[in-house]
Amino acid sequence: MIENRPWLTFISHSVLILGIIAVALPIWVAIVASTHPAEAFGQGSVPLWFGNYATETWQTVLFSAAGNGVDVPVWQMMFNSLVMALGIAFGKIVISLISAYAIVFFRFPFRSLCFWLIFMTLMLPVEVRILPTYEVVAKLNLLNSYTGLALPLIASATATFLFRQAFMAMPGELVEAARMDGAGPIRFFFDILLPLTRTNIAALFVILFIYGWNQYLWPLLITTDDAYYTLVMSIKRMVSVADGAIEWNSIMATTILAMLPPVAVVIGMQKIFVKGLVDSEK
Amino acid sequence: MTVTFPHKTLPWLLIAPQLLVTLIFFLWPAGQAIEQAFYQEDAFGLSREFVALENFIELLQDPYYYNSIGVTLVFSMAVAVSGLSIALVLATMADRIIRGQMVYQTLLIWPYAVAPALAGVLWWILFDPAQGPIALWLEYMGIEWDHFVNGGDAMILVVIAATWKQISYNFLFFLAGLQAIPRSLIEAAAIDGAGPVRRFWDIVFPLLSPTAFFLLVMNIVYAFFETFGVIDATTAGGPGQSTKILVYKVYEDGFVGLDLGGSAAQSVILMMIVGLMTVVQFRFIERKVQY
Repeated sequence: MIENRPWLTFISHSVLILGIIAVALPIWVAIVASTHPAEAFGQGSVPLWFGNYATETWQTVLFSAAGNGVDVPVWQMMFNSLVMALGIAFGKIVISLISAYAIVFFRFPFRSLCFWLIFMTLMLPVEVRILPTYEVVAKLNLLNSYTGLALPLIASATATFLFRQAFMAMPGELVEAARMDGAGPIRFFFDILLPLTRTNIAALFVILFIYGWNQYLWPLLITTDDAYYTLVMSIKRMVSVADGAIEWNSIMATTILAMLPPVAVVIGMQKIFVKGLVDSEK
Repeated sequence: MTVTFPHKTLPWLLIAPQLLVTLIFFLWPAGQAIEQAFYQEDAFGLSREFVALENFIELLQDPYYYNSIGVTLVFSMAVAVSGLSIALVLATMADRIIRGQMVYQTLLIWPYAVAPALAGVLWWILFDPAQGPIALWLEYMGIEWDHFVNGGDAMILVVIAATWKQISYNFLFFLAGLQAIPRSLIEAAAIDGAGPVRRFWDIVFPLLSPTAFFLLVMNIVYAFFETFGVIDATTAGGPGQSTKILVYKVYEDGFVGLDLGGSAAQSVILMMIVGLMTVVQFRFIERKVQY
C-alpha cells in the first residue's frame, strides 16, 4: 500500500465486482434455464429466476439421454471426454518427457534434426490441416475409437520444449555424480530427473487436461457413432436439431456438465495452474 | 549441459514414440496438404490431375477468400483489443487490492477452462433475438438486434463470446506483470507527487509493454486458430459470409464443399501464417531474454 485513497479502493472493488458479474452472467442464465421445462423457452424472455423442473431435467440428461438427437446419456459422454483428456494429457507428458530426455542427455546422430522435426508441429495445429489428417486417421482405421480421439493430438512441441528447458537448467554435476555412483541412464531418469521435474509435470498436466477435455473439431470429425461422442462436441449436435424442437433446458444442463470438470481442475489447482501457465508461455 | 550418457540405441528408443506420432499425424498430413494443393480432384476422389498453381491462383481471384481474410482480421483485432483492455483494467484494479485478491482472481480466471464452443452457445442464447435477455433488453433500449440477419450483429456476438473466454488468460499475465514491477519505483514516483493515474501512464504502462506485446501475439493466434468452436457452434460463418474466418473456410470448403484442392491450398497458406507467427513469437522471446 503506497497511499491511502479510500475512493480509489472503492472504485477498484466495484470494477472487479462488475467484471465478475459480467463474467458469471452466462453461467447464471444457464443454471436457471436448466431448472425450467422445455416448453418455457421460445415464448418471451429466457427465464432469469429458478423454476421447479430441475430434478426432471437433470435426471433425464444424466441418466437416460442427453436429448436433441443425442441418444447416449451425459455420463457416457463424460466418460469419453475423460478418456480423451487423460489420454492426451498422460500421452503428451510421457512422450515429451522421454524425448526431451533423449535430446538433452544423449548425443546421437541427427539429434538436432529430430528436435526440429518435433518443433515443426508447433506450426501445424489440427485446425490448419484438418482434411489430410482425417484421411490419414481413416486409412489407419481409427475413426470412432478412443485411440483415434487421443493419439493424433499427442505429439507436442510445447511440452518437449518445456521439459528440455527444465532439463538444461539442471547442473551437470548431477549427472556426473549419478554416473560416479554407478547409476545408468534409466536409473538416473527415475530416481533423480523425475522427482526434480514433479512440479513442472503437475502444472503441465492441468493445462493439458483442459486442452484435451475442450477438444472440439477433432472429435466432431472422427466420431459418427454416438457411443464415442465427447461432451463438448455433442453440444454442436444438440443445437443443430430443427429450430423449434431445441430443448434449451437439457442443452444448458449438458453445457454446465461439460464445463464443470475443467473449471473444477482450474479452481482446485489454482496455484499450480497459474504458475504453470505464466511460466510455460514465457 | 555438457555431461551426457554414452549410449547408442537408448536415445533412439526414447525419442521414437514422439517422432512416430509427429511423422504419422503431423508431417504426413502436412505433406499431403502441400501435394494436394497442386492437384485438382473430383468430388468422389476417383481421378485427379496436376494443375500446378491453379488452386492458388483461383483462391487469389476469389472475392470470398479476400472477404474471409478481412473477416479474420476484423475478428482477431476486435478480440485482441477488447480482451487486452478489459483484462488490463481488471488486473490494475486487482493489483491495488491487498485483501481478497485471491478471491477476485479465482472468480475471474475460471472461464479459461470453458471450451470455446460452449462459450459460443452460452452467449448465443443470451443474444437470441426472440428470447435472449440481452437481445430483449437491447430492443427495449431501441436497438435492433438480429444476428440471424445482420452480419455486424453476428460478428459482435462471436467477438464477445471469444473475448469472454480469453479475458482470464490476459488477466493472469497482466497481474503477473504488474506484480513484477518493483515497488520502489512506484513509491519513488508517489513521493515525487505523482498520482495513481500519472504513475500508471508514466511507469506501469511502459514497463508492462513487453507483456502486452506478448499477449497481443497470443490473442491473435487464439483468434485465428482456436476460435473454430465459437464460430461453428453459433453462426457457422453466417449470415452470408460475415463471420467466416479463414480456419472455418478451410473446414467448410474441404468437408462440406468437397473442394479438396482449394481447401488444401488454403491449408498451405495458413501453415505459412502460423510459421510467421511462430517466428515473431520467438524473436520476441529472444529479445526479452536480453533484458
